[in-house]
Amino acid sequence: MSVETRPLSTPVSDTPSAYVREPDGIHPPLDYPPYKSTALRHPKQALVYLPHTITEITGPAVQATLEVTPADADLTAQHDGQPIGERIIVFGRVFDTEGKPLRDTLVEVWQANAAGRYRHQSDIWPAPLDPNFSGAGRCVTDDQGRYRFTTIKPGPYPWGNHYNAWRPAHIHFSLLGRAFAQRLVTQMYFPGDPFFAYDPIFNSVDDPRARERMIARFRIHETVPNWAQAYEFDLYLRGPAAAVFEEAG
Amino acid sequence: MIFDPTPSQTVGPYFSIGLPWPEGPHAVPPSTPGVITIAGTVYDGAGEPIPDHLLEFWQPDGDGRFADRFCHGGPSELPGFRGFARCGTELGDGTYELLTVKPGSTPGPSGSLQAPHIAVTVMARGMLDRCVTRIYFADEERANALDPVLARVPPERRATLLARLSAASAYRFDIRIQGPPTHETVFFAI
Repeated sequence: MSVETRPLSTPVSDTPSAYVREPDGIHPPLDYPPYKSTALRHPKQALVYLPHTITEITGPAVQATLEVTPADADLTAQHDGQPIGERIIVFGRVFDTEGKPLRDTLVEVWQANAAGRYRHQSDIWPAPLDPNFSGAGRCVTDDQGRYRFTTIKPGPYPWGNHYNAWRPAHIHFSLLGRAFAQRLVTQMYFPGDPFFAYDPIFNSVDDPRARERMIARFRIHETVPNWAQAYEFDLYLRGPAAAVFEEAG
Repeated sequence: MIFDPTPSQTVGPYFSIGLPWPEGPHAVPPSTPGVITIAGTVYDGAGEPIPDHLLEFWQPDGDGRFADRFCHGGPSELPGFRGFARCGTELGDGTYELLTVKPGSTPGPSGSLQAPHIAVTVMARGMLDRCVTRIYFADEERANALDPVLARVPPERRATLLARLSAASAYRFDIRIQGPPTHETVFFAI
C-alpha cells in the first residue's frame, strides 16, 4: 500500500505532532569525567538534528503486551516474608512539561535492599541479601497520572568510581511516556542524604534546582499509621512543542 | 515549557533486576510471516563490547503502521505486533538480537517519505542520558536516497546507520558509542 495516499493520521486531541526541544543543561552531559565510566561511553561526534516524525511521536501501547497487575507495585509482598527495612510508600504523578498528567504510562522501578545490596550476581559487596526482597516493581499511571509503590527504603552502597565512593540511597525509575520522544530513565533520591555532596552521578546535573527535581519529599499526611512512611516524587516528561509543524529539510 | 523536565540519570548497573520483559527482544511473535533478526554488538570507545547495555527498539509494521495507543497513522493489522522491543541482560558478551519484521515506509516532514527504519534508544552503565539512533537497511538503497533524516547525516557517516544482510532473514547492526567520524554510530539530537 502506498503511504503517500494514506492520511497521516486521524488527529487525536492529546497527541502532539512534535515535542519540545529540551535546552542544554537539563540533562547531564554524556561526557562527565568525574563519573569515570563515561570516558569511553560517550559519542565524540556531533549529534545530528532529528525532526520529530511519526516514529518519535508514537510509543508502545504497553498494557496490550505486558501484563501489569496491582501486585507488581508492592515490592514488600513478593515473597513469603516481609523484607527487612523501613517500609515506605513511594507515590507521585507523571506530568508533561505543560503540567498535563500522563495517564496510562508505564512506571518501572528497581533498587537495592535496605542494606544497599542489589539482588544481582555482579553486586558482590559484603552487605547481606534479603531473601524477602527482589527489588523490582511496575505500575501504570491512572487517569490523573498517579502511580504508587510500596517498598522499603534502599540503603546507600559503595562503588568503585573513586576512593571511598558511595552512592546516595536511590530508587531507579524508568518511564516509557506516551511517545518515543518522552522516554526517561532517572533516579529518585531521598531528602537530606549525606552523600549528595560526594556523588558524581547526582552532581552530573549541573543546575541545583534540577537536582532538586530528583529528590522525593517526605509526606507526613500520606504515611500510614503503624505501617509505612511516605515519600512523594513527581516526574515531568517533555511536553508538546509550541509549533505544530516542524521545518523540513 | 511551564514545568522543567526531570533530569536523566544512568540506567545501570543492575538494571536487569527490573527491566527485562518476557519476550522482551521480540517486537513480533516468532511465528510471524516475514520475521527477521537484527543482531550485533555494542562497543565502547576502546572497541570493547559493552555487556551492560540496554537497547530499546520502536518501529511500524511492514505497512508502516504502528502499534501505538492512539492508532496514529492507522492501527497495525499484524497479529500480535508489539513494535517495541527491549534487549539487555547485563551478562554475556555485549551482543543483542532483535526479532522483528522489516518496517514499512512512513510519512516524513513536508510530504517526504521516510525509508524503512527502526528507532533505537541506547543506554548503559556509564551513560548519564540515553543516546538515540536509527537502523536503516542497506538493501533499501532507493528509499534511503530519498529519506529526509538520512539526508541530514554527513554522507561519509551514513553507513553507520545501515543494517546489512548477513544470512537469509538475518541482518547485522553494530553500535559503536565512540570513535572516529566514519566509525562511531550516528546519534541524533531528539
